[in-house]
Amino acid sequence: MMVFRKNRMWGKHPLRDAYDVVIVGAGVHGLSTAYYLGQMGISNVAVLDKGYLGGGASARSTAIIRSNYLTAEAIPFFRESHKLYQGLASELSFNLLFDEMGRLDIGHSESSVYWLRLRAEFNQLLGVDSRIIGPAEIKKLAPQIDLREGKTLPIMAALYHPPAGVVRHDAVVWGLARGADRAGVEIHPFTEVTGITRRNGRVTGVETPAGRVSAGMVVSATAGWTSTVTAMAGLDVPIVTFPLQACVTEPVKPFVHITISSADLHVYVYQTDRGELVIGGPVDPYSTYSQRSTLDMLQELAASTLELLPALRDIKIMRQWAGLCDMTPDYAPIMGQVDGLDGFILNCGWGTWGFKAAPASGRTTAELIATGRTPDLIRPFALSRFDDNALVNERAAAIAAAIH
Amino acid sequence: MAFLVRCPNCGDRGVYEFRFGGEVVRRPSTSEAAPVWMKYFYARRNAAGNQREWWYHSLGCRRWLLAERDTTTNEILSTGWPGEVQA
Repeated sequence: MMVFRKNRMWGKHPLRDAYDVVIVGAGVHGLSTAYYLGQMGISNVAVLDKGYLGGGASARSTAIIRSNYLTAEAIPFFRESHKLYQGLASELSFNLLFDEMGRLDIGHSESSVYWLRLRAEFNQLLGVDSRIIGPAEIKKLAPQIDLREGKTLPIMAALYHPPAGVVRHDAVVWGLARGADRAGVEIHPFTEVTGITRRNGRVTGVETPAGRVSAGMVVSATAGWTSTVTAMAGLDVPIVTFPLQACVTEPVKPFVHITISSADLHVYVYQTDRGELVIGGPVDPYSTYSQRSTLDMLQELAASTLELLPALRDIKIMRQWAGLCDMTPDYAPIMGQVDGLDGFILNCGWGTWGFKAAPASGRTTAELIATGRTPDLIRPFALSRFDDNALVNERAAAIAAAIH
Repeated sequence: MAFLVRCPNCGDRGVYEFRFGGEVVRRPSTSEAAPVWMKYFYARRNAAGNQREWWYHSLGCRRWLLAERDTTTNEILSTGWPGEVQA
């Protein structure tokens, strides 16, 4: 027992009354920002969270890592994040159980195959390993998929993305937290930010039940609750909170070793190391902050999964849950500085595409704080794009966007 | 089902009979400048708590209604027709 106590992965600290940087939210984005700030020599940093570490969207993510997006803005950003994930376990010296199993995005109609082809072209142009394959190759990669012809939604082709994978979500949270702690960053769970203080168009700190904390910079890095954080800074952002539900089956022997996604069926599925099948779908058809799961969505997920993998007809569902997604109008994140509010940095709008973005979001946010300049990689994602009507429209690459 | 919505015409019905129309936002006048319109298009309060919002009873009477809902519990607090209740 003493072994565990002596080797705490991050320390406890009394909350001080001033830091250079206060990060709101101790999920993957907040902790990644803190970790990279530490690597850049900025360690007078506190990460505050109303709950425990990685207990919000980070705990509920299905943790798929991929970079086969659609737009010239998003592909380089997610490609960078994918690359960082590939080296993250050795950088943090922490096993993240990254399994590069690959991914199939299935096309069931001429229209969806057109979009997959477009993505393949953009991916190849921007250096992402991604190509269109036909039913013969699909059968080799995932023999359990129902390729019979004459179905309402026949399988015509797939976008194959070999370097896609799945990562252990808690390990990412813990590894980043330990790395940040070792660099001198303080992590304060169960310390809710209840207010953001401002003076003369500048954010000056945050209020917590444990007292007021002044800060040179405040970073909003929550997922699901961004609107409640930005409201404290007097800001209405283009975000609406929708839940995304997922479920896990009982464990079975190795059955399929690739993530399979279908935008037409609104479902994605993969098998974990433990043998459980993880099934996720679109966001719910209404906004809410409730994290209760529903029978309606479970039925939809089950029906869609059986269209792809009918052999699962007798498998039992063990768990179902919902996580909150900050959906933006153009299915892209909101990052960087806020015009007219100095000292407030956004790392939010992570919708259903956030977990895979954490290393790049943290590193670019840290770079912005360290240098005062917005890195090119996140320039297209500024909040001001909604004033300039310069939206990114990453819609076609998000399964969850299908019916949103 | 997830929760019930009280349609003023049809009574309590499952939420899957309805289409969610988003929070009520005030439409600016045509003389307003572009930035005001951009806020109208994109910025949202997205309240965690009571919210005034639009619902369309697509699988029922096919009419738009206004509702007040607690977005943390999904309890529908009141519903009514536009024009008869305050937007």
